[in-house]
Amino acid sequence: MSLSRRGFLKLSAAMAGAGAMGATAGCQSTGMMAGRKRVVVIGGGFGGATAAKYVKLFDPNVDVTMIDGKASHTTCPFSNLVIGGLKDIDEITHDFTALEKRGVNVVKGWVTGVDAGAQVVTLKDGRSYEYDRLVVSPGIDFHYDAIEGYSEEVANSSMPHAWQAGEQTLLLREQLEAMPDGGTFIMAAPPNPFRCPPGPYERVSLIANYFQKHKPNSKILVLDPKTKFSKEPLFREGWTANYGNMIEWIGGDFGGGVTKVDPATMTVTAGGTEYQGDVINVIPPQKAGWIAHKAGLTDDSGWCPINTGTYESTIHSRIHVVGDACIGSPLPKSGYAANSQAKNCAAAIVAMFHNESPPEPSWVNTCYSLVAPDYGISVAAVYRVEDGKTVSVKGAGGVSPKGGVNAEKEAGYAHDWYASITEDIWGS
Amino acid sequence: MSQNREAALSRRLPAVSLAAIGLGLMLATGASQADGHTGKMELSNGSVIGATCMGCHGFKGMGSGNIPRLAGLPKEVTAGKLMAYKSDALEGTVMNRIAKGYSDEEIQAVAEFFANQ
Repeated sequence: MSLSRRGFLKLSAAMAGAGAMGATAGCQSTGMMAGRKRVVVIGGGFGGATAAKYVKLFDPNVDVTMIDGKASHTTCPFSNLVIGGLKDIDEITHDFTALEKRGVNVVKGWVTGVDAGAQVVTLKDGRSYEYDRLVVSPGIDFHYDAIEGYSEEVANSSMPHAWQAGEQTLLLREQLEAMPDGGTFIMAAPPNPFRCPPGPYERVSLIANYFQKHKPNSKILVLDPKTKFSKEPLFREGWTANYGNMIEWIGGDFGGGVTKVDPATMTVTAGGTEYQGDVINVIPPQKAGWIAHKAGLTDDSGWCPINTGTYESTIHSRIHVVGDACIGSPLPKSGYAANSQAKNCAAAIVAMFHNESPPEPSWVNTCYSLVAPDYGISVAAVYRVEDGKTVSVKGAGGVSPKGGVNAEKEAGYAHDWYASITEDIWGS
Repeated sequence: MSQNREAALSRRLPAVSLAAIGLGLMLATGASQADGHTGKMELSNGSVIGATCMGCHGFKGMGSGNIPRLAGLPKEVTAGKLMAYKSDALEGTVMNRIAKGYSDEEIQAVAEFFANQ
């Protein structure tokens, strides 16, 4: 390790400062060894848990603390299978035991403040944690006020978004189970950018599968502010092949954007027309998770600008943002992308600790969607840095072939993918 | 190649078992915490590319269901398959789309990484 490198000197100075403060501020240091580099990770989802594990994996001598408000993570990927009655929510919920066994200090608590200058994270209960590098992976939050009549309370009670897996996933499932045959399910799809671009369309697919088996006279209406959507030709082909004309999609060109909801009458308004539904799933416009805003990591877009490759915030140094909350384009806001981003971020952090240049960043995104239990489609891309920008490698990537030729195989791969990525993150 | 070749490859798994025994010995000597969850991954171009493969192929390329195991496969086997996907000599589902994203050198690096897992 060369002491002459400027980065190392800066880091040493920062560490000395943090150490001095730690002596007076009473920060948590239980089990942590003096002089070791400290990484704190906010969030135990696809981005956060991956970052925590891979920092520890690339350098077991780094002290890693991962903070999450819950004791486990319920994944958004495959939550559509819970809504469609194909999986139990326990099957998509992963605890942090394996991370603890790997040596990650897992803390259950709500982060209420980040002091980027002092390099300290503070929890609601008063605990605080110093860091040399902070990784923020808080996922998404919602612009509830973008839709008249919608609110967090409405989402929790009558018109769930179910776009963060958990209680609302179960609420939506219960509503679908209670709906009579011949009823109408309405989805208000979100505008770009949002978490999991193919997600809304997989959701209506698996709801159609449930209706077909149990409530065959029911209808599905998707009201969408967008004029096109992810894997659209493949979804449309799959919908026709599997469900006939059960699913109707009204796009932005035809007044599909929902501007108003009324839970009392179970109606939504889009393009001046009022639609009534028996079950209504409103997925509002999105922004970075709450703590990203509180920590001052967001720009006017509501998302977090970052340096490509290292994922260090362009606003606050020594803080990295990965996953849905960051502006990671052209990578989509997907679990696979968050996992890939977090690994590159972990590699960059460990390399910086060792005063080395990080390896060349490299990313993959592969998203499987189930149009039906035995009918899968995929989109994939490989990304690299060219001229300081992240680009999708030309000639690589793309979607499944038309005609459903690989649909059955890819449905199987979707399940295998889920087993692999959740094992990679929360398993061994 | 595919099925016969894959069957032949899976018969070579003793190499992996030996690696597991090696890990066991390391744990038994107290070189690491005794739960098998610790260990280190090299930081290299091969591991950074390899880490992106693990999203489907599992941690360290252990495989899952019909997604093949890569861990411990001889370098020339993984590299050969990736080159065949890249040139479309071998038809897969998603792998043709992915293999085209890498240079021949990157394919060699990632194949070597998985050979060492």
